[in-house]
Amino acid sequence: MSKEEVHITVIDREGLSHEIDAPLGIGMNLMELCKAMELPVEGTCGGMALCASCQIYIESDHDLLSRNDAEQAMLDEAWHVENNSRLGCQIPISEALEGLVVRIAPE
Amino acid sequence: MIRTDILIIGAGPVGLFTVFEAGLLKLHCHLIDSLPQPGGQCSEIYPKKPIYDIPGFPMILAGELVDNLMKQASPFKPGFTLGESAETIVEDGGGGYVVTTDKGTKHRAPVVVIAGGLGVFSPRKPPITELQDFEDKGVEYIVRDPEFYRDKKVVVSGGGDSALDWTYFLANGVAKEVTLVHRSQSFRAHPDSVQKVIDMAESGKIKLILDTDVVGLSGNGKLEQVTMKNKEGEETSLETDHWIPLFGLTPKLGPIAEWDLEIEKNAIKVDTVDYSTNRPGIYAIGDVNTYEGKLKLILCGFHEGTIMVQSAFKRIHPDKKNVLKYTTVQGIHGF
Repeated sequence: MSKEEVHITVIDREGLSHEIDAPLGIGMNLMELCKAMELPVEGTCGGMALCASCQIYIESDHDLLSRNDAEQAMLDEAWHVENNSRLGCQIPISEALEGLVVRIAPE
Repeated sequence: MIRTDILIIGAGPVGLFTVFEAGLLKLHCHLIDSLPQPGGQCSEIYPKKPIYDIPGFPMILAGELVDNLMKQASPFKPGFTLGESAETIVEDGGGGYVVTTDKGTKHRAPVVVIAGGLGVFSPRKPPITELQDFEDKGVEYIVRDPEFYRDKKVVVSGGGDSALDWTYFLANGVAKEVTLVHRSQSFRAHPDSVQKVIDMAESGKIKLILDTDVVGLSGNGKLEQVTMKNKEGEETSLETDHWIPLFGLTPKLGPIAEWDLEIEKNAIKVDTVDYSTNRPGIYAIGDVNTYEGKLKLILCGFHEGTIMVQSAFKRIHPDKKNVLKYTTVQGIHGF
């Protein structure tokens, strides 16, 4: 039987860790997961990579798909961008995310 | 004082469709929006994005949807107060309200409908320590009047459409000198706009500085110089009269949060019978409201507006009866 959940750690802006079992197979992304857990991620544009309000840092050593053009262009205009910055809305929840640790970027 | 039957706060798709539905009941509408153009998020954030869940349209671009809604509302001659945000609301003593904008424009109506979506859009400000010292002293987040920049030295920052479009406009015989500073080599803007700006840089009409950020501002009482830092960490400075950072807009619920309305998780609680709020005569529709089972979808907002105007009619004309008439039978009778 395939897995139904992956474990993800989200560190909020106060440094608190939230341990989340994220459901697989319902097409969620990291932005939506954070919003569903009522973490302070805005996701203003709804997931179109058009606002950068879901910027997160990938803190664990996961090999994720690289940024697409839209995500890269948006990050080129965002603040507090680091090499490990990503837009949560562009990262679908998948089995590859097991054990992922992310930190929410400053507002 | 602007007077109307229904004062709609927010000229996004839901506010615009409400004009149509109110018009069928012979109610006049006036809309207030902080953005300079109608359409809300559809115009400001994603005009070129396709929408697939508008009934009857297998696909429509957000910008086209706004154009169509404006056309649909036009027989009912809505009024607009654009580029101003609704700031205060007071009871008018006759069961209605007076809403005043941040620029002091007053509106009076028996019914107020908040269709404010995500809220008031305000510019995203770069995290530069001395930014506040130079706001309106050389730093402007919005180009209100291009003439303001005539014969001035201007630095524009950003990689989206507004940054590129204003660079192009200001460099065409308005400003004395225009420099576009962008953090990367690629742009988020429309390819046509990008090409125009690159052509201008090649012909020497503008200065294009890529892979670079503006990181500091200095001047004596007004902006005189910007400090820039490139990817290699090298700092340079450039003399300028103005810096226009155009990094998009971000929404905040804004002053409406202080209107004594019941707020839950940044949204206004409503009764789904008619989308009324806890204050009589004030309704909330679209993304700005919340109730059990709420879905933030344009199509749900259309429904909410349609139901709401029936209740507004009863409030405005307590003695009149209203019978639902199909547009297929009656057609549209504009004002």
